[in-house]
Amino acid sequence: MADNFPELFDTRGLRFAIDDGFSWVVTNYGDTLERMLGPLLKLLGAMEAFLQWLPWYVTIAGVALLTYSASRNLRMTCSAVIMLFFIGAVGLWNDAMATVALMLAATAVAVVLGIPLGIVMARSDWLRSVALPLLNIMQTLPIFVYLIPFVMLFGPGKIPAILATVFFAIPPVIRLTDLGIRQVDGEVVEAIVAFGATPGQKLMKVQIPLALPTIMAGINQTTMMALSMVVIASMIGAGGLGYQVLQGIQRLEVSRGLVAGIAIVFLAVIFDRIAQSYGRRAQKHLDNGE
Amino acid sequence: MTASDVKIQVDKVYKIFGNRADDAMAALQAGAAKAEVLHKTGCIVGLKRIDFSIRRGETFVIMGLSGSGKSTLIRHFNRLIEPTSGRILVDGCNIMDMNAKELLAFRRTGISMVFQRFGLLPHQTVLENTICGPILQGVDQREARARGMEQLELVGLKGFENRFPRQLSGGMQQRVGLARALTTQADVLLMDEAFSALDPLIKSDMQEQLKDIQARLKKTIIFITHDLDEALHLGDRIAILKDGELRQVGTGEEILFRPADDYVERFVRKVDLSRALYTHDAFAKVPVLTQAQATGDRTTALLRQHPAVIVVHGAKLRVLTSAEPDRANCAASIDATATLGQSFPLLADQEAIVVMDSGAPVGILTREMAFKALSRSHGAANKLSPASLLPSPVA
Repeated sequence: MADNFPELFDTRGLRFAIDDGFSWVVTNYGDTLERMLGPLLKLLGAMEAFLQWLPWYVTIAGVALLTYSASRNLRMTCSAVIMLFFIGAVGLWNDAMATVALMLAATAVAVVLGIPLGIVMARSDWLRSVALPLLNIMQTLPIFVYLIPFVMLFGPGKIPAILATVFFAIPPVIRLTDLGIRQVDGEVVEAIVAFGATPGQKLMKVQIPLALPTIMAGINQTTMMALSMVVIASMIGAGGLGYQVLQGIQRLEVSRGLVAGIAIVFLAVIFDRIAQSYGRRAQKHLDNGE
Repeated sequence: MTASDVKIQVDKVYKIFGNRADDAMAALQAGAAKAEVLHKTGCIVGLKRIDFSIRRGETFVIMGLSGSGKSTLIRHFNRLIEPTSGRILVDGCNIMDMNAKELLAFRRTGISMVFQRFGLLPHQTVLENTICGPILQGVDQREARARGMEQLELVGLKGFENRFPRQLSGGMQQRVGLARALTTQADVLLMDEAFSALDPLIKSDMQEQLKDIQARLKKTIIFITHDLDEALHLGDRIAILKDGELRQVGTGEEILFRPADDYVERFVRKVDLSRALYTHDAFAKVPVLTQAQATGDRTTALLRQHPAVIVVHGAKLRVLTSAEPDRANCAASIDATATLGQSFPLLADQEAIVVMDSGAPVGILTREMAFKALSRSHGAANKLSPASLLPSPVA
């Protein structure tokens, strides 16, 4: 059926050009890129293997300790233990550990890239005006749109999954690092400069410590977004809990999908609690100077 | 003033905010007014041809209302803001020629600053804040801590060194700010509305403390304020800034009694004269006798020529007045360099008090004398204004 909108000029040429250009990149640089990202794949594999090797009670004890040291709240700690126990009991332990490994690796990459980007963005208004719309696009562009080129470049597997997750999850940490640094009291920054701080000292002694609660909030959001990507990432071979959900859909097994879905929610709750408690503690430290 | 007395010289400094600073400068040089420059180039003139010098060891107050450019100006002395053109010489060396490394060294050791809203690091303790200068200089922790404790003691914050800034009141926080500035041992102290955020009682405490410290350390202080009373109280000399232009530079007395133009005159009209006038402006010299010399005949003879006679009896001072030649009243005393305002509480209890110069009695101050000095000055300060024709209460 003809489109209701008249064809003013032929856009097929442009689309072919994009497709051909991308195919050219894939054939010529695909292998190189894949080799470059080899270490990332190794890191992810090692993390996954480690988490799956670690006895379950050690993992649960570790998470309990982390939750307690962050929140100093016994109820929160107990609920984290119960939730992890549930995940193990329904037979999803290894899948959950694979998901956690993917999430942690993606978050680590996002933080390592995102914080410096946020710092640079806070220094330049021009860069900010360019970066903000880009970040908006990254967050609103349907995920599948950038899943396609990643899969074409690397083939289905863990590398495109982790890259797509990083791409999707990085905007909050960049945004909130930028925001946090810009919100630091100008007079405090001025004071440290007046006493002879170099730009590096200004950053490390004032801007980052004072922006830390905001940066932590960014990391928390990034973690959550990384977790929310796991189902989609499983479609391109990331495995883990997302794969269980996917199978549930494909086989119309409501129970499988439901249980795996609940496990994902539990992981999200645990990580959110830990990250938020750390953020609150950082904030409290600034407020009352504990 | 000789060249060696000059600590800081500000030489034709202009500051223009905006993208077309060159055009704006050219327009200004050609004699355009600020409004014209704004209209033509879109640039705001922050400072226009600022020229003055500051002597070694003086407290120089820059005064103006908000928007006058005073905070912009003070940030030129440590180059937190760069001028569009002009030179600032500190000890004869132009700080605009300093490269990044020299500027860092200058900020670390040559000049320090106290901020209006304190500018303390909230995540560091009082002591850590205080030693921020030495730590940046690379002094080792132990030495820096010792130095910091010394300054904290000087500002009266011993025992608070492990608290955090937010646990302290505003006045105490600003003392930390002051201690931090003193710990670098810089010669020049910049104070940007340092006491403006404090409530009145704390403010006057801090002013006294600053005067005390200054009497001991003899720093060169550049103090910014919008409060004329504070300027008169603290400043050896005062510069009045309006719309980025210097209107007058002079001592408090010159500003008060010989205002350079209408603006300064309007500015000073509401000043509290009791803080601007000193006891030595108002008192009368009278003979001073020892107890042995104070025979009836002699005092009677002296009281014919003088309003009173002071009799020293050990540590006690007594005043004989012509009104009451037979009764010698024990009198309180005040230093000749005290402000007139400081004598008011004493004069409230007694008709006359003894004025001391370098510890020795020289004369008396009565209520009438204090009152006359005030009304004389009030008339002088208001002589240009039509308002003084109306009966007005003495300040």
